Amino acid sequence: MNTPRRTDDLLEVENLTCRFAGVTAVDDLSFRVKAGEIKAVIGPNGAGKSTLFNMIAGVTRPTDGTIKFDGARIDRLPTHARARRGIARTFQNLQIFREMSVLENVMVGRHLRGRTTTLSGLLHLPSVGAEERAMEAAAMALLERFGLAAKAHAPAGSLAFGQMKVLELARALASEPRLLLLDEPAAGLPHAEADKMAETIRDLNRDGMTVLLVEHNMRMVMSLSHDILVLNNGRRIAEGTAEDVRRHPEVLSAYLGEEAADA
Amino acid sequence: MASIEAKTGPMTHSRLPQRGLSRHARLALVWLALAAVPFVVPNAYWISLANLALINLVLIASLNLLMGYGGQISLAHAGFFGLGAYASGILNVRYGVPPWAGLPAAAVVAGLGALLIGIPALRLRGHYLAMATLGWNAILVVFFTQLVGFTGGPNGLLGVEPFSIFGHALDTEAKAFPLAWAVAFFVMLAISNLLASRIGRSIRAVATNELGAQSLGIDSFRTKLAVFVLSAGMAGIAGSLYVHINQYASPETFGIAPSIMLLVMVAIGGAGTFYGPMLGALIYTAVPQILLDYEDAELMLFGLGLLVVLILFPRGLAGIPAALTGLVRRRRA
Amino acid sequence: MQTTTALLQVLSSGIGTGAVYALVALGFNVVFKSTGAMNFAQGEWVVMGGMVTALLIGTFSSVGLAVVAAVVLVGVVGLLSERLTVQPLKRPDALVITLVTIGLSIVSRSLVMLVLGKKPVGYAGFSGNTALSFGGVSIQSQTLWIIAITLAFLVVMHAFFERTILGKALRAAAADREAAAIVGVNVGSTVLLSFGIAALAGALAGAIVTPLTLASYDQGAIFGFKGFSAAMLGGLGSLPGAVVGGLALGLLEAFGSFYISSDFKDAIAFAVLLLILFVRPSGLLGRADIVKV
Ligand SMILES: Nc1ncnc2c1ncn2[C@@H]1O[C@H](COP(=O)(O)OP(=O)(O)OP(=O)(O)O)[C@@H](O)[C@H]1O
Ligand SMILES: [Mg+2]
Repeated sequence: MNTPRRTDDLLEVENLTCRFAGVTAVDDLSFRVKAGEIKAVIGPNGAGKSTLFNMIAGVTRPTDGTIKFDGARIDRLPTHARARRGIARTFQNLQIFREMSVLENVMVGRHLRGRTTTLSGLLHLPSVGAEERAMEAAAMALLERFGLAAKAHAPAGSLAFGQMKVLELARALASEPRLLLLDEPAAGLPHAEADKMAETIRDLNRDGMTVLLVEHNMRMVMSLSHDILVLNNGRRIAEGTAEDVRRHPEVLSAYLGEEAADA
Repeated sequence: MASIEAKTGPMTHSRLPQRGLSRHARLALVWLALAAVPFVVPNAYWISLANLALINLVLIASLNLLMGYGGQISLAHAGFFGLGAYASGILNVRYGVPPWAGLPAAAVVAGLGALLIGIPALRLRGHYLAMATLGWNAILVVFFTQLVGFTGGPNGLLGVEPFSIFGHALDTEAKAFPLAWAVAFFVMLAISNLLASRIGRSIRAVATNELGAQSLGIDSFRTKLAVFVLSAGMAGIAGSLYVHINQYASPETFGIAPSIMLLVMVAIGGAGTFYGPMLGALIYTAVPQILLDYEDAELMLFGLGLLVVLILFPRGLAGIPAALTGLVRRRRA
Repeated sequence: MQTTTALLQVLSSGIGTGAVYALVALGFNVVFKSTGAMNFAQGEWVVMGGMVTALLIGTFSSVGLAVVAAVVLVGVVGLLSERLTVQPLKRPDALVITLVTIGLSIVSRSLVMLVLGKKPVGYAGFSGNTALSFGGVSIQSQTLWIIAITLAFLVVMHAFFERTILGKALRAAAADREAAAIVGVNVGSTVLLSFGIAALAGALAGAIVTPLTLASYDQGAIFGFKGFSAAMLGGLGSLPGAVVGGLALGLLEAFGSFYISSDFKDAIAFAVLLLILFVRPSGLLGRADIVKV
């Protein structure tokens, strides 16, 4: 892949490979995400989508290949350093802080926007109190926006599954990221909630958020995405608009074939 | 679909110190009440117990910061206590350094002792800190015992001077009480402050779900290391208090057995609760006194008591009110 | 020549101690596998093994019988301990079980003290207090007994875990509690079983080492600690790891005190232990866990 670099590419993935003992989860994959777009990654179970996310977020180390964010290589950075650069994510298996309150979950999400150090925290310098109030206000505003304000002081572990998914999204947004990685945000949600989630993602994008989305809900993918990347066995089998992808013969056989078999 | 959830579980349901009456006011009230202790107890022996309880509180509260909030287990807390005691004591006895300078030095030495073992151990996930600290405490005890030229060896470090204020030595239990009282207050205040900041939240977040915390930009390694070093530094402060109030220190005070007991006391008091360590410190100090009359049965009674509390109140004594209301509610339902 | 003899001497005593540590480590690992907890009571069972054997030798007049009876008895103590303290827990997570075993160890220690007394006890080796000489290297006969009995016990344990349904159930529950429960393994009873095995292994270690060291109610912590270290060194939760770790620790101590200083014996052993852990965190034979997200 030697496409020339476009200045509006926020994320550039080149020849990315990830091998586990016996399995090549992601195989020599290259693609780009433009600033301001919603790009979807789809593919059957085990195609390597979550592994791809984990490599971008820094949870899994690539066997080979490079990842650039905003023009700079990030593939050697630890997870928290990538978050600092502006990459936020949600997880396929919720990773919320169950024992902390809903509000605190979102406040942790705002961690990067704070300045308090261990020392200033211990001494409770005046700046700390001000920062706490600002963080709480910002977190509360997010909770209101996502309809969780009434639950602000409940333990996060007591929320319904759908609310936890929303909370994880709110928490990721609290850091005001530049790229949002969403791993199956609608999985397990009833129709109405899934539609609401899609609407939320569309709104975020309209406000300028770049989104990389993994999702099995085809209706959602087709209606939201500007661009779709189809994976199978860790390799790209198609890339393009919803229309392009829908007509692609390999997609039909590899992906939709499986859907038909599922039904 | 992948479905194994990361289980880097927290130690307990850690909670922020409550709002309402501001946390500072609450703490100040409790400490004002404690100030009355020397005036209501019958004799100096009781004041010496109160001093010991305050030192134990610093130990247990700092371990609770690490364990109850930070989700990490240290089995070297008594060792760090000892590092502080010997650092401050040796500086005083062998080099004539005044106790006031020894106090911060004790915190630094104990903190460095934690840094040394924490850097390699905390890079790894899982139980490694518990294991590494167990070995570390064993090594420290060997040094406390064998470096006779510095520590006085098994016979103990003798001739440690007491703290003094404007040339006036705090050499009785009653005079030392205000010092222990004040130091314990500042340690509790610092812990409370830290927990109420973004750092405190990140400490609890890392304990609850390390992966989730990292994905939000929290450097989990540095966070864990900071709490560990801080907690050890506070144990070092307790050590300095101990050595100058007692004017003596010997190795068995800082062994693995007391390290394990401190851990137990955090749990008994209520891990991850702000005031739980006060109960833990009270029990840790009082129980040996109460059971003294039972001689050989002392251990047995203590062990049985421990088991009963752990089985009936896994959240510790501070969790009893919650456990009881839960019970009542279930009965009603 | 002189040095070779000395070396072999140190080697044999290291292996003897190491075999005992391996048994203790094995007990430790079995409980760790089934509960994820560190078992602080492990060392107390070692002491019980030695002291109960000493008590029974008078009645049975045969060392062999006394050892078997003591080991079985302590095994029952292990089972009872689990039923009375671990099983009633509402939320049996690893930390709470660890704390409970601390309570158990205190109660066990004082029980031994109250029932069997504070005086150290001992008895002659299984072939008397004889020493065998191999070309100038003199080895205590009891050391050979220790090695042989440990080997035999390991073979039995291996067969148990690989061949019997109970052993397989235990391994399955250790690997994945929920999955094992789904296929019908009674997870609670595997925890019970692991406490029983751990107590057996500990008691056996105590019974065979007492002729060399004497047994006293307050030695439990040291034994438990050594077993724990050996388990860590070999790799927590691994049966071969317990053996390798035990031997490695025994040899480390023997050579450390021979070449450097017996005062610093423990410090040397632990320093090496920490170094190894930092190079290979999961122990010599352990494997790292994989977490999927
Ligand atoms: N930590 C790991 N160790 C070994 N193999 C792994 C690991 N993580 C993922 N795999 C394997 O890599 C492949 C890709 O898995 P991945 O989770 O990325 O798929 P996915 O596209 O996200 O699937 P799904 O739609 O089910 O979420 C699978 O074969 C999986 O079993
Ligand atoms: Mg996936």
